[in-house]
Amino acid sequence: MAAAVSFDLERAWRVDPRVSMRPEPFGALLYHFGTRRLSFLKNQTVLAVVRSLADHPSARSACLASGVTDAELPAYTRALAALADSKMITERMPS
Amino acid sequence: MAEHEVETEALTSDELLVEEVSIDGMCGVY
Amino acid sequence: MTLAPDMAPPGTVLSGSTVLSKSTVLSGSTVLSKSTVLSGSTVLSGSTAAGSSANPGKLTDLFQLGLDAPICLTWELTYACNLSCVHCLSSSGRRDPRELSTGECKAVIDTLERMQVFYVNIGGGEPTVRPDFWELVDYAAEHHVGVKFSTNGVKLDAKAAAKLAASDYVDVQISLDGATREVNDAVRGPGSYDTAMRAMRNLADAGFKGFKLSVVMTRHNIPQIDQFKEIADRFGAQLRLTRLRPSGRGADSWDELHPRPEQQRELYDWLVAHGDQVLTGDSFFHLSAFGGGALPGLNLCGAGRVVCLIDPVGDVYACPFAIHENFLAGNVREAGGFESVWKTSTLFSDLRKPDTGGACKSCGFYDSCRGGCMAAKFFTGLPMDGPDPECVQGYGEAALASAVIAPRSSVDHSHRTSPAPRTPLEPVPVTIGRRRPPAHDCDESPLAGFAAGAEQGCGCG
Repeated sequence: MAAAVSFDLERAWRVDPRVSMRPEPFGALLYHFGTRRLSFLKNQTVLAVVRSLADHPSARSACLASGVTDAELPAYTRALAALADSKMITERMPS
Repeated sequence: MAEHEVETEALTSDELLVEEVSIDGMCGVY
Repeated sequence: MTLAPDMAPPGTVLSGSTVLSKSTVLSGSTVLSKSTVLSGSTVLSGSTAAGSSANPGKLTDLFQLGLDAPICLTWELTYACNLSCVHCLSSSGRRDPRELSTGECKAVIDTLERMQVFYVNIGGGEPTVRPDFWELVDYAAEHHVGVKFSTNGVKLDAKAAAKLAASDYVDVQISLDGATREVNDAVRGPGSYDTAMRAMRNLADAGFKGFKLSVVMTRHNIPQIDQFKEIADRFGAQLRLTRLRPSGRGADSWDELHPRPEQQRELYDWLVAHGDQVLTGDSFFHLSAFGGGALPGLNLCGAGRVVCLIDPVGDVYACPFAIHENFLAGNVREAGGFESVWKTSTLFSDLRKPDTGGACKSCGFYDSCRGGCMAAKFFTGLPMDGPDPECVQGYGEAALASAVIAPRSSVDHSHRTSPAPRTPLEPVPVTIGRRRPPAHDCDESPLAGFAAGAEQGCGCG
């Protein structure tokens, strides 16, 4: 089951306020109180990206600032797409 | 213990940095 | 997007990735590159192995090894209950004089907040009969711990329903075990059907959409599944179907109530057909071994690893279906409180050891069902490392033929009505699962289905 490929890296994103984020040794667990979904972030870098989304004008900028390389960007884009698909992260008006 | 780990091509479409599941309490509320 | 656990039997090659053998263990010193893909059957040696540079594999593996804090947990607030359901997993009825005080309960909530437990499933007994029930629910919500509570509806008048409808952080679940008064009240007692219906009417009228209608599936109500859906739809509720276990008073009613094999198949097919519309409490993962598609939810036992129970006197058990001294990890009143019990108890450390599959290892469906329910095995006298008593491949029946002792819990708060309370701790020769049901529902002859020399055990299906 592939994640949606239409995730827009150029938009501004943020973690939904109904999501509780819990860092773990391996990365993090996210629980959405509205959907009952549990997401599992599998490394520290994707956690850093997600945590910093609200502070960046674009998801791409958040990825680069967290050390994601060009070669890795497609995988991180797919990860963000999965989180968007399940409403863990939502678009925001750029500040 | 045997250690087999086979590296696939970098970042194949099957590798996901995020995994999800819908949970309903794991036998919590009865 | 929900990712189902890997349904392929061990050894199957999945496109684009390589399946590793079950015995593979990666030590803490192995550094994995980001491009390594690990299958669901890989066992890691502990959470420290999954540092920032390693890929910890699948969610299910991680859960097997235990987390630093539960994701959610069940908290039975009181053993008091206005009902005496025949299958009550906690043998509730009478309040225990040692129950946690309001202050002690708030201290537990503070701990759960600190540990970032996402939510608590509050139950009992009947939790709403505690005078401080609403105070505790509010306190939990204020302290970032979500609350879902289970009730028979006795206190859900219009005022209570309005309060619940106004809250974002509280979810409520009404228990009902029959779509008709006759079927329900036979299990839950006279008047209980009407109480539940009234509560649901109040919630619906107050505008509470999506509360839960929760049913324990039995031999007698599986034929009513569609009617339960209709009732849930009528009140704007979400239907939740859960598994009966031979726990608490459920041990005494197991023979009469547990589903027949063909009913398990019927239930499984219905759950697959109704997918995400219906909740299951993640309790039917043993049915995944029918192999027709994974059920939504987490298909493994999380007891002591991802979830646990806090009982009314502060005892911490691996799960609410395992209220027995063998599954007692500690007490929240001990120094270090709940956090210390969760992180350091011997019982939980043992449960978090990698699972080798035991007698189920060679079964092609083990990856789907993970050997089923620990509590169901324990209370039918089966070994923990073997099949579930209701194993859909039939291995449970064979195992039950050899079971000798069905353990009994000494924790019993049942109302004092006849028959006399059982002697605690006295082993009882196993009869669970061995009584043969009628060969056919219409048979009147007591010898129907009996063949001299035939093996004992449920021969139906």
